[in-house]
Amino acid sequence: MKTERIYLDNAATTRTDPEVVNAMLPYFTEMYAVASSQFSHTPGIQAKEALDHARETIAEKLNCSPDEIIFTSGGTEANNLAVKGIVQSFSKDKKIHLICSKIEHNSVLHTFQYLEKQGYAVTYLDVDSEGFVNPDQVRDAIHDNTVLVSVQHANQEVGTLQPIQAIGKLCEEKGVLFHTDASLSFTQLDLDMQKLHADLLTLSSHKIHGPKGVGALYVRKGTKLQKLVHGGYSEFDLRSGTENVAGIVGFGKAAELGQPEQVDFLRQLQKKLIGSFDKEIENVLLNGPRNLKKRLPSNVNVSFNLVEGESVVLHLDMKGISVITGSACFSRSLEPSYVMMAMGFSHERAHGSIRFTFSRFNTMEEVDRVVASCKEVVSALRRISPLK
Amino acid sequence: MSIPYTKKVLDHFMHPHNVGQLKKPDAMATEGSPACGDMLKLYLQVDEKSTTITDIKFESYGCASNIATGSIITDLAKGRTIEAAKKIDWKMAAKELGGLPPVKVHCAVLAVEALRTAIENYEHQHGLLKEKVPTTEKVVFKRLAGVINPLAGLDVVKTKLVTEVKIQDGHVKIYVELPPNHQFANNVKNEIAERIEPLWDVKKVEIIFRGE
Repeated sequence: MKTERIYLDNAATTRTDPEVVNAMLPYFTEMYAVASSQFSHTPGIQAKEALDHARETIAEKLNCSPDEIIFTSGGTEANNLAVKGIVQSFSKDKKIHLICSKIEHNSVLHTFQYLEKQGYAVTYLDVDSEGFVNPDQVRDAIHDNTVLVSVQHANQEVGTLQPIQAIGKLCEEKGVLFHTDASLSFTQLDLDMQKLHADLLTLSSHKIHGPKGVGALYVRKGTKLQKLVHGGYSEFDLRSGTENVAGIVGFGKAAELGQPEQVDFLRQLQKKLIGSFDKEIENVLLNGPRNLKKRLPSNVNVSFNLVEGESVVLHLDMKGISVITGSACFSRSLEPSYVMMAMGFSHERAHGSIRFTFSRFNTMEEVDRVVASCKEVVSALRRISPLK
Repeated sequence: MSIPYTKKVLDHFMHPHNVGQLKKPDAMATEGSPACGDMLKLYLQVDEKSTTITDIKFESYGCASNIATGSIITDLAKGRTIEAAKKIDWKMAAKELGGLPPVKVHCAVLAVEALRTAIENYEHQHGLLKEKVPTTEKVVFKRLAGVINPLAGLDVVKTKLVTEVKIQDGHVKIYVELPPNHQFANNVKNEIAERIEPLWDVKKVEIIFRGE
């Protein structure tokens, strides 16, 4: 009997919704003109309209103005543009200070590390054992020459939702710019730019069932940002290059398709998986917030004691279940997850951690199959483990 | 994710051979630690006359590569004399498995080390040493380089967890820079004892924690 694969790696990327693909298709073979030709011919106007429509859809979701949305090649570019773009908008002679958390996605963290090597002062904020940044720490870290704070909305590994509204507010009070990477939370949680106090916010298309290769940066009106990609005037002169029209159309469609009732369903999947693990398998530790209101609805992360993560992942893969682990054995560097190290976990707990991330395409029946498979795999591995 | 393992590695990983414990092993050895993400415990039964390995079992906490090499190495060692089994190295194991990803070679090395240490322990306990090197501080430190400091993921010598070794008439005293009530104190004590007790001229091993 061939069973369907159960894909639970949706924090890495999601299935492109077939409706999204359908919306994109005409922009490859029929309406393939570029928006910059809008002043020359009709197809150019069609392209411009398609971009405008996608921009408006996303702006509406964020309760902001369409001209505050800059399309990029993805979340990574948006994060680079936000951080380097702000830093480069200051004169080279000015001594500036930057702040981010220790558990940011690599596209933020590596950018800060790069800037630190260039001579900029950077403070990396600690997190607690559930992955939270304390707003008081942010306040203490801000000095006279601090210009930018970047704290993600939802963590990629353990789903911790940071108090970004509180952090944003105190940044505003101190006159410091605030950036947040909301790639994972967009469409799952309410992001209202009139309430968030964020000056810059990153979005990614392929995390929300849109195509890969598209993202966006929200830039609050009046924010001074230096462009990084030169060569033309597109995207309000903040990001040169021919617009990925089909991709942006797909991103817009994906944003439109993300509805609140799907989030309730994700919460049900999450609750069921955590509850079943607790009931069915001994010695399982939940990694990340226990209070599910402070956790990304699509995320579950647990450590199975006394077994190593890569072995669990491989066994599950053979059973048709796709998940990932924070084990060192899984990474090229042979270092355990930096997120879990920052949370103060033992190496053992990080090595045994498994991440399950849902999407609206998963089902409750799949959760049952996952729990049964995990139970089988974990007990087999515990049997051969020298640790008892 | 593409899994860079050969079919043979995956076969041994999914269905490992010689898994479990021996009730009355003639020798045993542990390599690695949970902190490193890989740990392998190996048990030997040896026929005293012929020095043939008549039974061998292993337990593994580790990744696919660790489990698969444990399986292949025990297959290779079974039925060999201990002299012949000493010649098994990681290259042989990797070859039998159809190759290992370079980043995973250290897991194969761990299994080979467990086999060698277990054989060495057997030789110490059964008077089979060709050269009876007396146990000196240097010998003890060399052996302790295989014990992992659970706090650091590196060995207890490099991380200076073991601060001093004193030896007198086969009585080995090992000073450990941990309070006696530390959560890992017992683990460290057992692992150190397991390493040093088998040495041919060692009569007693005493582990002394900070402040004792």
